[in-house]
Amino acid sequence: DYFFEAQERASEAENVPPVIPTPHHYLLSVYRHKIFFVAVIQSEVPPLFVIEFLHRVVDTFQDYFGVCSEMMIKDNVVVVYEVLEEMLDNGFPLATESNILKELIKPPTILRTVVNTITGSTNVGDQLPTGQLSVVPWRRTGVKYTNNEAYFDVIEEIDAIIDKSGSTITAEIQGVIDACVKLTGMPDLTLSFMNPRLLDDVSFHPCVRFKRWESERILSFIPPDGNFRLLSYHVSAQNLVAIPVYVKHNISFRDSSSLGRFEITVGPKQTMGKTIEGVMVTSQMPKGVLNMTLTPSQGTHIFDPVTKLLSWDVGKINPQKLPSLKGSVSLQAGTSKPDENPTINLQFKIQQLAISGLKVNRLDMYGEKYKPFKGIKYMTKAGKFQVRT
Amino acid sequence: RHDDLKEMLDSNKDSLKLEAMKRIVAMIARGKNASDLFPAVVKNVACKNIEVKKLVYVYLVRYAEEQQDLALLSISTFQRGLKDPNQLIRASALRVLSSIRVPIIVPIMMLAIKEAASDMSPYVRKTAAHAIPKLYSLDSDQKDQLIEVIEKLLADKTTLVAGSVVMAFEEVCPERIDLIHKNYRKLCNLLIDVEEWGQVVIINMLTRYARTQFLSPNQNESLLEESAEKAFYGSEEEDTKDAKAEAASLAKRKPYVMDPDHRLLLRNTKPLLQSRNAAVVMAVAQLYFHLAPKAEVGVIAKALVRLLRSHSEVQYVVLQNVATMSIKRRGMFEPYLKSFYIRSTDPTQIKILKLEVLTNLANETNISTILREFQVCHGHTGGTGGQPWHGSGMDKDFVATTIQAIGRCATNIGKVRDTCLNGLVQLLSNRDELVVAESVVVIKKLLQMQPAQHSEIIKHMAKLTDNIQVPMARASILWLIGEYCEHVPKIAPDVLRKMAKSFTNEEDIVKLQVINLAAKLYLTNSKQSKLLTQYVLNLAKYDQNYDIRDRARFIRQLIVPTEKSGALNKYAKKLFLAQKPAPILESSFKDRDHFQLGSLSHLLNAKAVGYQELPDWPDEAPDPSVRNVEVPEWTKCTSREKRKEKVEKPFYSDSEGESGPTESADS
Repeated sequence: DYFFEAQERASEAENVPPVIPTPHHYLLSVYRHKIFFVAVIQSEVPPLFVIEFLHRVVDTFQDYFGVCSEMMIKDNVVVVYEVLEEMLDNGFPLATESNILKELIKPPTILRTVVNTITGSTNVGDQLPTGQLSVVPWRRTGVKYTNNEAYFDVIEEIDAIIDKSGSTITAEIQGVIDACVKLTGMPDLTLSFMNPRLLDDVSFHPCVRFKRWESERILSFIPPDGNFRLLSYHVSAQNLVAIPVYVKHNISFRDSSSLGRFEITVGPKQTMGKTIEGVMVTSQMPKGVLNMTLTPSQGTHIFDPVTKLLSWDVGKINPQKLPSLKGSVSLQAGTSKPDENPTINLQFKIQQLAISGLKVNRLDMYGEKYKPFKGIKYMTKAGKFQVRT
Repeated sequence: RHDDLKEMLDSNKDSLKLEAMKRIVAMIARGKNASDLFPAVVKNVACKNIEVKKLVYVYLVRYAEEQQDLALLSISTFQRGLKDPNQLIRASALRVLSSIRVPIIVPIMMLAIKEAASDMSPYVRKTAAHAIPKLYSLDSDQKDQLIEVIEKLLADKTTLVAGSVVMAFEEVCPERIDLIHKNYRKLCNLLIDVEEWGQVVIINMLTRYARTQFLSPNQNESLLEESAEKAFYGSEEEDTKDAKAEAASLAKRKPYVMDPDHRLLLRNTKPLLQSRNAAVVMAVAQLYFHLAPKAEVGVIAKALVRLLRSHSEVQYVVLQNVATMSIKRRGMFEPYLKSFYIRSTDPTQIKILKLEVLTNLANETNISTILREFQVCHGHTGGTGGQPWHGSGMDKDFVATTIQAIGRCATNIGKVRDTCLNGLVQLLSNRDELVVAESVVVIKKLLQMQPAQHSEIIKHMAKLTDNIQVPMARASILWLIGEYCEHVPKIAPDVLRKMAKSFTNEEDIVKLQVINLAAKLYLTNSKQSKLLTQYVLNLAKYDQNYDIRDRARFIRQLIVPTEKSGALNKYAKKLFLAQKPAPILESSFKDRDHFQLGSLSHLLNAKAVGYQELPDWPDEAPDPSVRNVEVPEWTKCTSREKRKEKVEKPFYSDSEGESGPTESADS
């Protein structure tokens, strides 16, 4: 109840404080997928401990049900109970690796529900959680595949703030390596980079051996089965970051008339010959804006007069013919011009390019005899990319 | 009512039972009471089907406390389970048994835990460790017996058990630090292989342990300063005897060598900064902050900054802690200044915390960049020409905080005070009332530090009284004018005249300040303002608020000379126009560091239930030999030097011996 009070007080969902003290308890919450997950705490505990666990719970739900929505949780309440039961014992986390959980409780699929109703078998695994006993708790035993494959995706996100004149205020690259490993048995992998020096700050999946990394800058690990995040890294602001796009803008409101001019052009810059895809421009207009009449040279745009949110789905950028959005802004009559210009948020994707220049050198496998199929993909995305105008 | 469910539970078919249990669990989830089904459900506890069994467990744990007698029916099943050859069945039986909160079975639980603690399988031992706090919360009289079990489990060498047993230790007997001694090195060495949740608990526990058992690594510095001071005085006095004694005592303490065990802890926790679990990173960060020598604390900054990329809740907690750290160790986060720049998409609470950190980090070299950032933040075009982009209308709290942050920067760094002040004065012409009000309050505080040069600003503010409606701001302006009425002799009476006119419609705090202003003017410029003052005081005399009535009466006695009023009257001017000390604007995070960082209490700035105070460093190093595992006779050594020599030897030999196997387990 205290929580709902706090929720009402906050104007937006994101503004609900994550920690709420009440007379007898403390409420810790996380907000994801438009649902609040609340934990009730009686005594002192590191708050991050709880928050991190809640996030892990959400991740697990997402893993189990594909999407994590209110409907999904209500429909699968029994499975949710079973999973939580396994994850937590008297307030202490027990099994949080989704690999082990899936062994204990199989995730519901349409096929399995059909099979279950016919044969009367259950979702709960017959085997006991042997994984919890082994030295590598993240991997289940007895994995078998006919095609042995290991895929690695190097995904980098650029966070940047660009100021009015187009110069960079801050730019950082955050990268992750997501892996999908389907290998038989207990493979022991090593992954080495051409330029490991680039990685400024790294955090690993627990399977990675710290010592090898510290001494040789090589990732050595026994992978979990299936999808997992091998490592996430950070290329610091000290290194120069190549910004792959630029935005030209001309937004002006005049005091006298109730009309303003609006013009944006997006263009590529330092992309090493790759095309920029999935470009999306969004901007929160000031309150005084009534409507916008705009014509894009490509793509579609929407202006929502209630939330004052302008979004323009550009798509691919053709370097010969730069996409632009021009038009006029009509302002509420009688009010003076807004005293600030809107910020432009940008999203984009570049395939087959890691903007930091990180390259995987080779991947070797020990411990098993077969030859796995290996693949590596690179991608660059915009993270929190803002242009101040 | 639930007859159909009962029937299904009594049937022979597993599928029907399963269906019934699922419906019951769904009922529980929806908050409906399903306790009347208890007897029917309990019967199924011995069911062969695992899923039914699990759901029955869920149900049992939920309702056993209400229906204690019936719950006893299920106990025998668990007792049988405890003897099962399969370790996993043993473990799960123990788990459920210990989750049933029925006081009568305490002895049974105790027995089961004791047995499980010496089980072959580490998994069962782990479960036993989990069961300990459960039993403790059910019956705290069992403490002594439980501590015995904990002691036994602490000696366990497997990584699986370590986390859980330390958790139990923290819950049951955190004060029995002596139990840790013998296991300290083992825990340090195992740490990296323990599962992540266990790591958090162990690190927090070890932080407390280290605080009681090792000397402060930073004491040397303070000692050096001290000794330098003493030497200075010592040279003037020729008291050689004293100096000698001092030197001797210094010599004894000065060569601070970090206890090798302390070093071991720091070394073994460092790689955990790269954990993917934010809680682990935070735990290591607080350990370094509290335990490491100053020169080494810097390593945690990078990891903490990385956490800022995480979910907003994590950001919130981390920023709170960074704010505290940045007060004490400013240099640590300076290279990462840009990571704390504010994005328009951040939630308000994050923005405010980022501002806090930026303000703490401000110093002479980076102040100009920070100020520019602030200006962009609150959306006004300052002298730098940065176009605004942050909606001043969007986020009132945030705007207010920004302005306060500017004020704090200005007080802390004298060089930029004028720039800040100019910026703030420009803000006064902002259209948003809140912005203006907040700036007035901050300007008032700033002006108090150096009023003489700024009569222009005061004049400007005096003009504003007509427009500003926010009471706090009005009151601030009036106070300013009153305080410095000598700098603005022409305007002050005029303002008073206006205020007298609207006196009855003002808020209470404004009224009080009107009275103050009147009194001050009466004293400095009685010719022009005598009548006005009388008028205001008369109005105040019949005010509804007794504070105001009191104040009016008090001031009238003080300033208006009558035949009765005595000595006080003469000093009225001194009383009212005394130099007031300038206020100090400081961070609300200033005193938070006495709480252990990363703890809930720190976040709330209040003691949470069960918070363990972080002990101060001891003055004398406690006997380090208690941590020696194998050779107890060394504890007998009395001479300090002798012991040191000997203690070092076993440490090296056993650290090598212990790091050997962990490495081999790794590779």
